[in-house]
Amino acid sequence: MFEIIKPGTKIDFMGRRRIGFLFSGVVMLIGIISLILHGGPNYGIDFAGGTLVQVRFSQPLELDVIRDALKEAGLESSSIQGFEAEGKGEYLIRMQTSSADLGGLSVTINDALTKRFGDKGFEVRRIEMVGPKVGKDLRTKGIMATILAMIGMLIYISWRFEFRFAVGGVVAICHDVIVTIGILSLANKEFSIPVLAALLTIVGYSINDTIVVYDRIRENMPRMQRERLEKVINVSVNETLSRTLLTGVSTLMVLIVLFFLGGGVIHDFTFALIVGIVFGTYSSVFIASASVVVWENKFPKKKR
Amino acid sequence: MKGSLQWRFLLILFVLVGSLIFLFPTLVKEVPSWWPKFFPQDKIQLGLDLQGGMHLTFEVETDKAVESSAERLKNDLRDNLKKERIFYTSIDRVLGDVIEVVLLNPDVKQKFDDYLKDQYPTLKETSSQKEGDRVKVVLGMDPRQIEDIKKSAVDQALETIRNRVDQFGVAEPDISRQGEDRIIVQLPGVKDPERAKDLIGKTALLEFKLVDEDADLNRVLAGDVPFGDVILYQRVVDPKTGAVRKIPYVIKDRTLMTGDTLKDARVRIDQNNRSYIGISLHPAGARLFEEITGENVGRRLAIILDNNVYSAPVINTRISGGEAVIEGRFTMQEARDLAIVLRAGSLPAPVQILEERTVGPSLGKDSINKGFTATIIGGILVLLYMMIYYRFSGFVANIALIMNMVLLLAALAVLRATLTLPGIAGIALTVGMAVDANVLIYERIREEIRLGKPPRAALEAGYTRAFLTIMDSNVTTVIAALVLLQFGTGPVKGFAITLSIGIAASMFTAIVVTRFIFDFVLNNFHVKRLSV
Repeated sequence: MFEIIKPGTKIDFMGRRRIGFLFSGVVMLIGIISLILHGGPNYGIDFAGGTLVQVRFSQPLELDVIRDALKEAGLESSSIQGFEAEGKGEYLIRMQTSSADLGGLSVTINDALTKRFGDKGFEVRRIEMVGPKVGKDLRTKGIMATILAMIGMLIYISWRFEFRFAVGGVVAICHDVIVTIGILSLANKEFSIPVLAALLTIVGYSINDTIVVYDRIRENMPRMQRERLEKVINVSVNETLSRTLLTGVSTLMVLIVLFFLGGGVIHDFTFALIVGIVFGTYSSVFIASASVVVWENKFPKKKR
Repeated sequence: MKGSLQWRFLLILFVLVGSLIFLFPTLVKEVPSWWPKFFPQDKIQLGLDLQGGMHLTFEVETDKAVESSAERLKNDLRDNLKKERIFYTSIDRVLGDVIEVVLLNPDVKQKFDDYLKDQYPTLKETSSQKEGDRVKVVLGMDPRQIEDIKKSAVDQALETIRNRVDQFGVAEPDISRQGEDRIIVQLPGVKDPERAKDLIGKTALLEFKLVDEDADLNRVLAGDVPFGDVILYQRVVDPKTGAVRKIPYVIKDRTLMTGDTLKDARVRIDQNNRSYIGISLHPAGARLFEEITGENVGRRLAIILDNNVYSAPVINTRISGGEAVIEGRFTMQEARDLAIVLRAGSLPAPVQILEERTVGPSLGKDSINKGFTATIIGGILVLLYMMIYYRFSGFVANIALIMNMVLLLAALAVLRATLTLPGIAGIALTVGMAVDANVLIYERIREEIRLGKPPRAALEAGYTRAFLTIMDSNVTTVIAALVLLQFGTGPVKGFAITLSIGIAASMFTAIVVTRFIFDFVLNNFHVKRLSV
């Protein structure tokens, strides 16, 4: 039998919960500091409004050359970035402008580039334009969606398990979301709708993972009535450890392939998923289960 | 359980064959001619991000529709008050739907009230006060009527946009309403996005107004605009330099006729090979046009589209028959598009583009290729991983996984769901996550074997005890996916759809299908040790 975790493994996870809390605390703190320094998440045009144009040139160019060409057309506020994940000669041009006459902006860019590089020299591959009104709508809806998802999970876990477990689960998701947003900010990734979708998926995955552990705790509790909850949780975490790792690894494997081969359009999306799945797996042990221990120590359940 | 083996086999076979039938149209280039008689021919639809195309969100400025309604009401009321000899000193629309009437003296107030109640039941008095001899009455439209106007403005805009898109000629466009005042237009594979945007977003309000022949253009331009006049411009583009010149006109603001009276509009070519648009009017419009031209011989009639003067020909004679032309140095393309919008009718209110997402065909193709390559490589990795780790049982899980993919794709075809790039990522993620159910079961079985149970009992216990866990953990993922489905835009929705279907399908394949294979093997072969 091929086993990554030998049966009867007894790692004292709960005893080391403080190390976990400390680690998570530090990661979250770094993320939050990065967020503060960047002035909040780096909202993409989905949420902030603006225009994004993806252009492929027949050959790689210096950014300054493109910038120059746009400058001539009076488009100075644009940021230009290589988009290597999509291939060589591929660039993203971003603009914060989103006046009512937005249709005109992509034409202006097109004209400016034609003037400099000729008709055949480039190809506009993608245009995304989001007006400020839609951006604001999406932001509100996104926050609503995240809260709604969390409430849904809280209710489901409270119904299937006990409230103290639900608290641990929700603490863990909040942890995962904060850590992921923080790391995205550190990596200077954009916060877009696909990234939000990734966050919600992470929430689902993390809870999924947490529930497997909780399920085992629930199963073990009647059997180990005499033991302290901490011990019960430790045993349960150990028993489910190989499954936790196996599923995590198989999911990550696919995501890493997607990250490298899936193309630039979903690059940030898969990046967020990878970060989230790693931390979601970690948090079901070190945050979700450990929180139940902390909760139990603070508010011991009355023995009948 | 033993007796049910055949039944389970039939169920699995039924599901598998059914899925393959649904999937067949997607897999082949063209279905055989007899196919549609017996089976569905829906294919998996590709999202705009994969096949290329344009997604537009428009907002109908419904307030403008209310304003122009109020404006018409005001003009109507003004004319009628004159006729009824209800004397007033001024009547103006001051803001939105608010109309202010100043009556000559308090004596006419009663008559005015009666008349209003009788003829304009939707106009409600919000306040009235004496100002010296005069009485100022402020009127507002009934809120219910305002709602109606807004609603019908959006309905009508939807209809008009649909007409325009139909004439523009795009395969399978999708035009739908979103929320109260938004319209979403999706044009797969559109070649010239800018042209499409122009065509759809143009208000195309055609108006016929008289040029004020008495006004002195220079004095008007200096700021001395006669009462009831406006300045409008004609845009003239120099074909050589591309420079735009604007020619001012002093126009009498009263609209004599609008594009409502139009029956048809066609592109014509004159002897100098220049294109113009010939319009023909409905009978009622033709009569009106005859009347207007008859009364204004010698004056210029400006033909105005969206507040741009296109031409202002001198009326030489009374024109009957309801035929007219719009000239204006069009390119052939411009003339054709203009004819389309004129035929489809004007939008009841201006629309604004709130959101645009255009993906070029080459990027779409790249995305499909990359997405599928990644999914297949990821999938193969997972299959290998399961084989190495669980050996025979891993092989069984892999059969389930492949069937899961078949079910997922078939479900996409049945539900006419749209496959997007994040949707492909959802499929890949499902591959990674679908093995979870089998991992849970197999880890359980291993535990049971370690406790010394024989294969059949270990299997039984493994499946039973893992089931609840699988259930609980999948429900939460589905909760997240459902929330996404409610919230997401096109591509993200595609992700939520594939993820939830994939998880649902994995419940069937990972539990029912694998269990059947194990039971079948245990029944037919002598198994001493489970290879798990």
